[in-house]
Amino acid sequence: MLWDVEQAKKWIKRLNDKIQENKAYLTELDQAIGDGDHGLNMARGLQEAASKIANSHYDDLGSLFKDVGMTLIAKVGGASGPLYGTAFMKASLVLKDRKEADRNAFVAAFSAALDGLKMRGKAQVGDKTMIDVWDPVIAWMKSHETIRANELVDLSKEKMEDTKELEAKKGRAAYLGRRSVGHLDPGAVSSYLLFASLAESFEKGESAP
Amino acid sequence: MKYVSLVLISHSYEIVSGLKKLLSQVQPDVPIAIAGGAEGGIGTNALDIQTAIESVYSEKGVVVLFDLGSALINAEMALEMLEPHENIKIADAPLVEGAYAAVVEAGLGSSLSEVVRASESAKELVKIHR
Repeated sequence: MLWDVEQAKKWIKRLNDKIQENKAYLTELDQAIGDGDHGLNMARGLQEAASKIANSHYDDLGSLFKDVGMTLIAKVGGASGPLYGTAFMKASLVLKDRKEADRNAFVAAFSAALDGLKMRGKAQVGDKTMIDVWDPVIAWMKSHETIRANELVDLSKEKMEDTKELEAKKGRAAYLGRRSVGHLDPGAVSSYLLFASLAESFEKGESAP
Repeated sequence: MKYVSLVLISHSYEIVSGLKKLLSQVQPDVPIAIAGGAEGGIGTNALDIQTAIESVYSEKGVVVLFDLGSALINAEMALEMLEPHENIKIADAPLVEGAYAAVVEAGLGSSLSEVVRASESAKELVKIHR
């Protein structure tokens, strides 16, 4: 089974839908422990990225990922723009000239995205950031031959919920120290939405490549 | 170019715009560019930072100063998008005091590393002697 340009387009469309639906929720989460701009920033950037790729033709996955990455860098402010932007740019290098990704290319692309996030944000697992969702999800992808949609959703949701009990070590939330405990990390929540919509792009809701 | 240039980055356009005015009064000859805010609001943007660096770049070098966390992430990204340059440095310094120390040092015609050192020494500055 292969993951192709049409599925990648569907992913970004669904991700944009979810971000727009959760714009107020993400803002509320970020107002509790950050600077309150995550919902607005992500909504602006994803709207732009979704329109851009819906109106473009792509011969390969790499150029689609690159367009999404550049749009997020240009249009999303805060830390999430360069972080998500870098993730997409790093993945685009793996997917260059590929019309579709088999399981190995798919996992390599998301693995490169995670490396990009770590390089850009310098966060570790346990710092209460999007890494707390990304790191275990990518590790799970690497160790599973078949990437099942429902398992991807469940795992990313569980890891997102686990950030509630962590103490923030990065970003504006780190200024709050212990007071950040008891709140979900907004970046972990948007990362969950990213993986939940990725799952929806798998054909018939079954599995990826 | 005789002087090291400065690039000031803040989440707020007004902060760096005001800071530039302050510094220009101290040393009108030091080239200063600013990148403040994003999409007309609060935030920072890697592409704006890249443009600001390019606008004051010279062989003598550029010191980049920033305010809070994600400004650093965007500054690092801007540096990666530029052609590789040894003579662009991000200073680990408080924005206002660091930029003040930097503009004084740059105005003396000092080297890039001296200007970086001057701005970073602002971290040790005791403002009230108790």
